[in-house]
Amino acid sequence: MSMTMSQKILAAHAQVDEVRPGQLIMADLDLVLGNDITSPVAIKEFAKFGIDSVFDKSKVALVPDHFTPNKDIKAAHQCKMLREFATDMEIENYFEIGQMGIEHALLPEQGLVDAGDLIIGADSHTCTYGALGAFSTGVGSTDMAAAMATGKAWFKVPSALRFNLTGKFSPWVSGKDLILHIIGMIGVDGALYKSMEFTGVGVASLTIDDRFTVCNMAIEAGAKNGIFPVDEVALAYLADHCKRKPVVFQADADAEYDHTYEIDLSKLRPTVSFPHLPDNTRTIDEVGEVKIDQVVIGSCTNGRISDLRVAAKILDGKKVDPRVRTIVFPATQEIYLQAMDEGLLRIFVKAGAVVSTPTCGPCLGGHMGILAEGERAVATTNRNFVGRMGHVESEVYLASPAVAAASALTGYISNPETIEEN
Amino acid sequence: MNAKGKAFRYGDNVDTDVIIPARYLNTSDAKELASHCMEDIDGTFVKNVQQGDLIVAERNFGCGSSREHAPLAIKTAGVSCVIAASFARIFYRNSINIGLPILECPEAVQGIDSGDIVSVEFSTGTITNETTGKSWAAEPFPPFIQEMIAADGLINYLRKGVKA
Repeated sequence: MSMTMSQKILAAHAQVDEVRPGQLIMADLDLVLGNDITSPVAIKEFAKFGIDSVFDKSKVALVPDHFTPNKDIKAAHQCKMLREFATDMEIENYFEIGQMGIEHALLPEQGLVDAGDLIIGADSHTCTYGALGAFSTGVGSTDMAAAMATGKAWFKVPSALRFNLTGKFSPWVSGKDLILHIIGMIGVDGALYKSMEFTGVGVASLTIDDRFTVCNMAIEAGAKNGIFPVDEVALAYLADHCKRKPVVFQADADAEYDHTYEIDLSKLRPTVSFPHLPDNTRTIDEVGEVKIDQVVIGSCTNGRISDLRVAAKILDGKKVDPRVRTIVFPATQEIYLQAMDEGLLRIFVKAGAVVSTPTCGPCLGGHMGILAEGERAVATTNRNFVGRMGHVESEVYLASPAVAAASALTGYISNPETIEEN
Repeated sequence: MNAKGKAFRYGDNVDTDVIIPARYLNTSDAKELASHCMEDIDGTFVKNVQQGDLIVAERNFGCGSSREHAPLAIKTAGVSCVIAASFARIFYRNSINIGLPILECPEAVQGIDSGDIVSVEFSTGTITNETTGKSWAAEPFPPFIQEMIAADGLINYLRKGVKA
């Protein structure tokens, strides 16, 4: 029987020759992830097992990235729980402030993700690692606890949607515009319970950072995972970061998909998701006049070096609208250093933006950039739900780093094509 | 195991940010989380909900974040069952794992209004609107999931398995 790429990875980890959509399997995990919000619940559940070690100290990653640096006493307590658990269990991949980055940028950078891996994380954006040809998916704290104890998780084998990519992006169009376009097309539950598999000659032109962004937001279409084929771009990234040998799975030529969507990358426009759902998309040409109060550039979706480079290119030698609070947050310490070495941080500060330490803070309305009643933000983050970034009467517009940077300059949602480069 | 109570009715895409806003996620205390349940979509929910009541919603209930705090807040607030036309997958999994019964049944959702008294029989998947007298058959949980819910969640279920 033919299988999709995602199904092949699941079958290999369940030690069976084949799996079928809908089948329930128990599978071995290569990595189990948790953060400072989800892990405390998992740690309490783990304690119920009454065991004194995790299944494999090298295959659990704990990243205090959400309410850190600790935003208040309760958050500090949760991080303390995480730290003490990591110490007691001798967890090898615990990342203290100073080494910490936003988990989904950090784990691939630290070489913890390999092609062919099966990864679960108690964070919905765990689906990011499909960019490297891994099957990765978000779960809750109880699954995390059971996985830390047993090294296994149960899965219902998903069917898949295929997105066949052709052409190349126009200038200022990126992976963010592609995934927003797709979510706008299929809806926030358009891929519910399914895999999103990206294929076609257009894949080669996507940078690895574009692919991380695309897979990151697969969950915003309801998907179980998003995944790219492992090509030279992915292998080059893995060679630079991961010490393990990649295990490359390919979809069968006759694999069955519930539907195939054809997407010509050259036809995509910069795209913005209006409040209050990611599928409420408009192209930049349809945006109209939307006055904004804040711009956020960063997150697990768009806080990588290429995102910062695009923003810096637009902001270089210019000033942001003095009315617009512009917050840039590199996703990891390494990205932060690289941005410093490349002079990007200087460009941001000279332009009147602030540069934050790595944190998920503003994306989920945690801290470091909360919106007041009636305020609007353009954010390169992933969700624009009611109250996501603060007050229930505030609004979030999701966009690429290019659109966000252009909007910071004008104070209105703006087309990067209209900004003159210095 | 059965459920019976008053229905609280919501629309499409009720996300986990409105079920339990992130500003309250600096704790994992179930009672504290429950005291803010549904706050950003229905400010009177916590005041009005009584032990055994049900949430009835349309498509993609529980979309967004993987926070288990969402089903935990709903369960601890006293909700005995969530019925929706469809559920987001992580929410679905989390609910089962913590022992919160949830059923997919688009037809029942269309036939239930806010305030109706609804009963559910989990072994058969039968949903009855006691106010109107109409009944629907939802797909019942497979036995292992029924056992998991009866054991009050995945961990207790696994521990029982270990002991047995």
